Amino acid sequence: MNTARKWLGGDPLAAFAPITAVLLALALGAVLLLVLGKNPIDAYASMVDGAFGSDTRLLNTITRAIPLLLVAVGICIAFRGGVINIGAEGQLFVGAISATAVAVAFGDTLPPLIAPLIALLAGLAGGTIWGIIPGFLKARFAVNEILSTVMMNEIAVQLLFFLLSGPMIDPREIELGTRIPQSAPLPEATWLARLLPPSRLHTGVFIALVMAVVVYLLLWRTPVGYRIRAVGQNRDASRYAGISVPFYVTLALALSGALAGLAGAVEVTGLTHRMVEGFGVGLGFSGIVVALFGRLHPIGAVPSAFLFGALLTGAERMQRALQVPSATMTVLQGLVVLFVVSSEVWVRRRAARRAAQLAAATQHADEVVVFEPSPAGK
Amino acid sequence: MIGEMTLFDVLAAAAALTLAMATPYLYAALGEVFAQRSGVLNLGVEGIMLMGAFSAIYAVSDKGLNAGPVAGLLIAVGVGALMGLLAAVINVTFQAQQGISGIGITLLGLGMSTVLFKALVGGVITVQGIGQVYVPLLSDLPVVGPIFFRQNALVYGAFILVPISVWVLNRTGWGLKVRAVGQNPKAADAMGVNVARVRYQTVILGGMLAGVAGASLSIALTPVFQENMTEGRGFIAVALVYFGAWSPWRVMLGALLFSAANNLQIWAQILDVRVAGAPIPPNLLIMVPYVLTILVLVFARQRQRIEPAALTKPFERGEN
Repeated sequence: MNTARKWLGGDPLAAFAPITAVLLALALGAVLLLVLGKNPIDAYASMVDGAFGSDTRLLNTITRAIPLLLVAVGICIAFRGGVINIGAEGQLFVGAISATAVAVAFGDTLPPLIAPLIALLAGLAGGTIWGIIPGFLKARFAVNEILSTVMMNEIAVQLLFFLLSGPMIDPREIELGTRIPQSAPLPEATWLARLLPPSRLHTGVFIALVMAVVVYLLLWRTPVGYRIRAVGQNRDASRYAGISVPFYVTLALALSGALAGLAGAVEVTGLTHRMVEGFGVGLGFSGIVVALFGRLHPIGAVPSAFLFGALLTGAERMQRALQVPSATMTVLQGLVVLFVVSSEVWVRRRAARRAAQLAAATQHADEVVVFEPSPAGK
Repeated sequence: MIGEMTLFDVLAAAAALTLAMATPYLYAALGEVFAQRSGVLNLGVEGIMLMGAFSAIYAVSDKGLNAGPVAGLLIAVGVGALMGLLAAVINVTFQAQQGISGIGITLLGLGMSTVLFKALVGGVITVQGIGQVYVPLLSDLPVVGPIFFRQNALVYGAFILVPISVWVLNRTGWGLKVRAVGQNPKAADAMGVNVARVRYQTVILGGMLAGVAGASLSIALTPVFQENMTEGRGFIAVALVYFGAWSPWRVMLGALLFSAANNLQIWAQILDVRVAGAPIPPNLLIMVPYVLTILVLVFARQRQRIEPAALTKPFERGEN
């Protein structure tokens, strides 16, 4: 109970805020569908059917949630550390391309269990590098991380095109003269095992769940996590307390990037088995929405990732069944973000009101600490 | 490719293009200067630009409203104002964390423009956009004429807007209010300035200008629309405000610099730049503006001292 309350930010209202946000977003989405001349009930019914309509669909929904959860768990670290990492998209690309490069180069020469592990570690490393750059620039040169991570995304996109159409292109594409920008397929030794065919669910689901628990323990049960959160709450106070703010800012972004990179590596070794143009587009941004919806808590991100996995799989079905553009999902995600950030003020005001009541009751106003569920950020 | 044109003509054409391609940056960044001077970081510019770009081309296209370019521009301004109003409600009234709310607006604008484009238009459309205006006499001048005075109307507008912005910010009562609200909202409030109202005004103005920025892309510079056609220009515009230290003149220099970087691909082709005998891969050239943005932010760090003191900080009356 206590843990549950803490997770909810000490206020049950806080849990309802994101749920209300999704309901409001779906309601506005219905208006949009009406404007497009589609029946919103049919549309949402096809979404539910696409996401949960059969065992295979349900398992595919879970498969879709895997990269979302990994990204979201990383975002929790960054946002809790007061660093707004918008760069998950690029970190995921770089992670996936690093994993692919390593898997294609060494996959056949490594023992079966080691091969996927090495590929995943390569992805982790790639994402870390892509996260550490904006982290270091923020810590050392006060470069606004929102802008630098957005730019790192764009750079990653171009890097991906460059590598896939040149240095890393599938040699067969050159032989055949088709030159489709895609990598060689990953050697089978590096693939993550499928759990329940014909669904696409793979062992990456365990990696994601374990990471959610690990990050929870890291943030709330270790000194390192405590310092990351302290820096996120109040940089000046942390500095006076002797915490190296630049180090923990960089670390938060590096870890966040590592998990996004891992998400990319899991996606390529578990699902697509090769890098293609358009790989993983939107997963990074969806992961941010998942994290916000899960109230920036790694365990809260689990149901949140499942919900957004369902929305994304459902949206594909909706697109096929009713010719509703899948970008409708982007609209819904935008609305969810806007509703969630707008609702924070009510939660905050309620907390302040309660604190004031408490203070009046106990006559020790100066001892009351107002709980602040959102990261201090900038 | 160059044909009968001399290298000189080509360079003049490239310079003219650099001026023209600075327009979207300029409109968006000048709008953001007003918002940030009043203390609001509107990171949703990208999404607003996309909505402006789509609504303008939809208004002008014969597959859409088949209106004239001026009407198209006005519709983009109106849509930008609505998006700006939304940003103001969320950032000012609901006091949302501004970094994150901007991402929400960007996703909303990206999604909406894509959905509407696919549902209402379907495929690629090209339109008869805003044409070139030859300034009488001046356009006949050698060198200067072709570079400066044969542009589309929005290009002139963007550069004229720079001194106007400076004047409004520094020489008018409203500009004083904007700066006061951005530096010390509590004091401004005590002086009887309605902080929220001023911030609403600047963010809506910023939205309108972001709408124009989008329209300048879709109906003036490249009269086509495609999904996510702004390609991060809205975010670069926000970075330009930091680079330009909240001064419209310096923002203009930044816009020109980035426009030049955007055109590197074209420059490299014209001048036939080769590294080790091979042309530079286009993707690496497209990267340049983004890398440049990061570098610019590194060197703009001293700017923090002159950052509007209340930037990103919501204001609530009666707080002490």
